[in-house]
Amino acid sequence: MPYFQMSRLAIKWALTKPPTTQYPFAARNAIAGSRGQLVFTRENCVYCTACAKKCPTGALKVERAQKRFVLERLRCISCGCCVEICPKNSLSLSTGHGSPVTTKAGETYSGTL
Amino acid sequence: MARTIIPFGPQHPVLPEPVHLDLVVEDEKVVEARPSIGFVHRGLEKLVEKKDYQEFVYVAERICGICSFIHGQTYCQAVEAIMDLAVPPRARYLRTVWGELSRIHSHLLWLGLMADGMGFESLFMHSWRVREQVLNIVEATTGGRVIFGSCKIGGVRRDMDAGAIQNTLTELVAIEKDLREVTQVFLNDNSVKRRLRGIGALSGQEAHELGCVGPVLRASGVAQDIRKLGYAAYGELEMEPVTRTEGDSYARCAVRCEELLQSISLIRQALGKMPEGEVAVKVTGNPKGEVIMRTEQPRGEVVYCLKANGSKNLERFRVRTPTFANLPAMLKLLQGCDLADVPVLVLTIDPCISCTER
Repeated sequence: MPYFQMSRLAIKWALTKPPTTQYPFAARNAIAGSRGQLVFTRENCVYCTACAKKCPTGALKVERAQKRFVLERLRCISCGCCVEICPKNSLSLSTGHGSPVTTKAGETYSGTL
Repeated sequence: MARTIIPFGPQHPVLPEPVHLDLVVEDEKVVEARPSIGFVHRGLEKLVEKKDYQEFVYVAERICGICSFIHGQTYCQAVEAIMDLAVPPRARYLRTVWGELSRIHSHLLWLGLMADGMGFESLFMHSWRVREQVLNIVEATTGGRVIFGSCKIGGVRRDMDAGAIQNTLTELVAIEKDLREVTQVFLNDNSVKRRLRGIGALSGQEAHELGCVGPVLRASGVAQDIRKLGYAAYGELEMEPVTRTEGDSYARCAVRCEELLQSISLIRQALGKMPEGEVAVKVTGNPKGEVIMRTEQPRGEVVYCLKANGSKNLERFRVRTPTFANLPAMLKLLQGCDLADVPVLVLTIDPCISCTER
């Protein structure tokens, strides 16, 4: 019936729970399998540079001699290439996003095994 | 009668992306529309000289934020054709599923924008509410929402296990129910019909001569759909191009509404017939040769031309996007229309300016 079709739907939707959430007061439910922020676990890293070679945007820089790992968050596109290539599982993707990046300088991690 | 030029865009409430039109009007009638494009040119085609041919998939996906997956898929298919790679059947089916999910969210986006363009705010919001459910499926299965990032040369980067397939099928039931409700409003509501019926009619002959593609062409009665060529898994699935004969804005809207349900059917078929096995093959060496690859995007046929010289970078990369093919038709539709119908007519071809300008 062409008449009142939208009105009926509007009433139906008005009586159902809102699909939106009051972000940031209510956290968004993380979806399993989502490619969120890159997480680096320093303890596992052997500084092999495989991730830096594979990164399509050049967001990762690894210096083997200095045992230094630099991640430029503003360049990272969360594609997961580094996670797939990492032989020691020191990289992973979280399902959510982290705190906002406020500087162009990369996050630097360094240390011995 | 005196002629006036009214600038339309690049910033305008109905335009999601920047395109500028100089509308030459006599009283309230548009006599001519002169377009100028180039506001979002990013030089992505030139990037093939800097990016490795495997890394370039990520650039290809970013040509457009809405049909991103199909851009990536077309690029991968083109490189696979040059390198003579046989993609595993499961990967072909997964590409089909994600391609159709991409089509659903693109069409829903368009329906929402169209509702917004004619001032139907609640319908706009509810079209996008349904789209959110589709994006959740995409996020759960590929990890991304609009940039899927799941296609790679030689196959796909993720598999869907039995649980994910079952969840998708369950979600599709609810989505289909919502889609039927929302599309019924677009197809039957009197205010929508009055806004779209008879506006911007294009005959099949005109659409063909102007080089239209996709829903614009099919709404004029020409049953052309590149999916019928059988790329990915489309050759093994049952589908017929959705066509209408009226050729007006309502017909273009109706074609997209019906294609939503067609896409749901294709996803169900693909998930039902999904073969077991690997999802990617190992890629070694560099491509050498030249290929033209065509696929059906939500907005119509996209043509990729790749030239590779055996090095890790491609020599030349060229894309002919569907909006570029539909722009002449849009200019033709605008000739003689009322000024108040311009937003509807501009939206009716589903313009994607980022694709067009790359």
